[in-house]
Amino acid sequence: MAKAIGEVIIDIEKCKGCDLCVDACPTETLALSGKINHKGYHYAIRIEGDCNGCAACAIICPEAIITVYRKIVKSEKVVA
Amino acid sequence: MGEIKLMKGNEALAEAMIRAGCDGYFGYPITPQSEVLEYLSREATKRTGMVVLQAESEIASINMIYGAAGCGRRVMTTSSSPGISLMQEGLSYLAGAEIPCVVANINRGGPGLGTIQPAQGDYFQTVKGGGHGDYHLITLAPSSVQEMVDFVKLGFDLAEKYRNPVMLLTDGAIGQMMEKVELFDQMPRKTKFEDWCTTGKPEGEDRRYLTSLYIKPEKMEQINLGLQAKYRKVEENEIRYETINIEDADYIFTGYGLGARICMKAMEIARAKGHKVGLIRPISLYPFPYDLYASTAGRVKGILDVELNAGQMVWDVRYAVKDKTPVEFYGRMGGIIPSPDEIIDHFEKHLLNRGTK
Amino acid sequence: MNQNTTADIQEHTVDESICSSENLVYTKPQTLTDDPMHYCPGCGHGTAHKILMEVVDELGLQSQTIGIAPVGCSVFAYHYLNVDMQEAAHGRACAVATGVKRMMPDKYVFTYQGDGDLAAIGTAETIHAANRGENFLVVFINNGIYGMTSGQMAPTTLPGMFSTTSPYGRDVETMGYPLKIADLLALLPGVAYVTRQAVHTPANVRKAKKAMKNAFEYQKKKLGLCLVEIVTNCPSNWKMEPLESNQFVNDKMIPFYQLGDIKKPEVK
Repeated sequence: MAKAIGEVIIDIEKCKGCDLCVDACPTETLALSGKINHKGYHYAIRIEGDCNGCAACAIICPEAIITVYRKIVKSEKVVA
Repeated sequence: MGEIKLMKGNEALAEAMIRAGCDGYFGYPITPQSEVLEYLSREATKRTGMVVLQAESEIASINMIYGAAGCGRRVMTTSSSPGISLMQEGLSYLAGAEIPCVVANINRGGPGLGTIQPAQGDYFQTVKGGGHGDYHLITLAPSSVQEMVDFVKLGFDLAEKYRNPVMLLTDGAIGQMMEKVELFDQMPRKTKFEDWCTTGKPEGEDRRYLTSLYIKPEKMEQINLGLQAKYRKVEENEIRYETINIEDADYIFTGYGLGARICMKAMEIARAKGHKVGLIRPISLYPFPYDLYASTAGRVKGILDVELNAGQMVWDVRYAVKDKTPVEFYGRMGGIIPSPDEIIDHFEKHLLNRGTK
Repeated sequence: MNQNTTADIQEHTVDESICSSENLVYTKPQTLTDDPMHYCPGCGHGTAHKILMEVVDELGLQSQTIGIAPVGCSVFAYHYLNVDMQEAAHGRACAVATGVKRMMPDKYVFTYQGDGDLAAIGTAETIHAANRGENFLVVFINNGIYGMTSGQMAPTTLPGMFSTTSPYGRDVETMGYPLKIADLLALLPGVAYVTRQAVHTPANVRKAKKAMKNAFEYQKKKLGLCLVEIVTNCPSNWKMEPLESNQFVNDKMIPFYQLGDIKKPEVK
């Protein structure tokens, strides 16, 4: 059975902490950081969990600062 | 020698546009200049492929000019006083974004809806601002149908040289009168466009954008200083005027456009009566030939300025002359054209033998 | 806004092996510049800019496209949209675009205008460009308020909606009704395509992008004016958190400004 593994790279210095990506994420693998960037915003970060690279975060992001990768892997171990 | 024709001023202006390789005309009908749009609608597209579009208003037409000229095209619009008033915002934006174009004002009587008869009441509007901010329109004042033709070409050359809008300030009489003109030969349409033109971002190069918006005061001041430096160059290089009989003159008659034509006749009458009168006719109203008036003032007994308004250019003449010699003004308004006899009458009553020479 | 922030969550460590070009799903198109946008957090302008430029990028039209920026919040659009641009006077974008398109009929031209620019001060230019069937795209951002001048009533402000110039709510008896200019333009024969979209959810963003792509394709076919209205938010002037403002878009704006195609050309 194939499984998608996603990675998101966020340009945190350009993030304005609007929270739209966090809200849009179906896998709940994004959050706003407790830290702030140089603009003073709590920026979005990727947190532990099973991101599937659906890119909903990047699509909703008004700043166009999220890059998304998605790798399809055959997870034979899981099947076995 | 170019083709000779008998033409109406407005039609000659339109013909000159076609021959100057104009790419587009955007205009709105208003008396006394509607023949320009009519002539172009008949002639232009079929001859050169020039775009001719009747806009929904003068506000739209000047902004169409902005868009088209921003793509490096030679484009023009024309109107008359109330329509030119509507264009003032656009002219300020064109000057601010340094977009070259030519606009002609076939001046009619005002204020308000005024009259459709010729007048020169828009001098202040044209050379002292009109729109908002510190800018200038290079302003040429044709006084004949021939100059309606010649100044279209000159206007485009100046506009493109300085990246600045050019105004041809003329009036309903020059627009409507018929005279013999020599037309220049058909010029090719432009095929190459300068680097600043928004014709589509070139591959591997930066995009271009045209704007007059600079929020940071330091930057906005630099932009203004750049514009002012350009205007100083214009003032250095582009002053144009005509003088007749000023070498031996005791008195000077002066006026622009139609006013100068009438002054010329009045000068002839005065000379026949034994008065040594000369003529100064500024052709460029911005830049204005201040030095010429200043240098002439010291050796004459007086200057009579004649305009079809309440006295507008006379402010510039007085500014140049200061107290070196008396400056008298004679004008008619509301579409009345002063006659040479009225001018002579005013000259004899108010200026003759009053001078300080 | 920061109720979801937390200091003790486990930040994910990036698996670099996944971040290769063959696995790339989404990245900012090169048709957007690297300048950080000046819009407020969560503002739909950024999203609209993004999808517009994704379309230009995907169709390979960067060197063929000329955009016209308005006056309003998106006045600086030319700082972000990496194509040749002209900044128009307030409301005059459709006249400026007419000048550009008439000179270069084979280029792709768009205006990007807010509700004040397009549907108040620029109504005449908009309607007449549409009526002439000018072949360009009008991207119309409708957030029911004047953003740049900080929250005054717009022609599209909803009945009863608060703004600094309708502080007791828009009273249609004295202030007039919200103007559905897209519906009005759809009546004109010169108009090829009118659609109303939104960008408050990923699904809506995808649909809005498809609409913009349609508009570019219709422009290529010279079918007439295309209008893509984006019903969106103004968190700052609505005085809401970004998520709350998107909820308002969903609950109040969209029921009034219903989404979908209002006019579509027959596919040739």
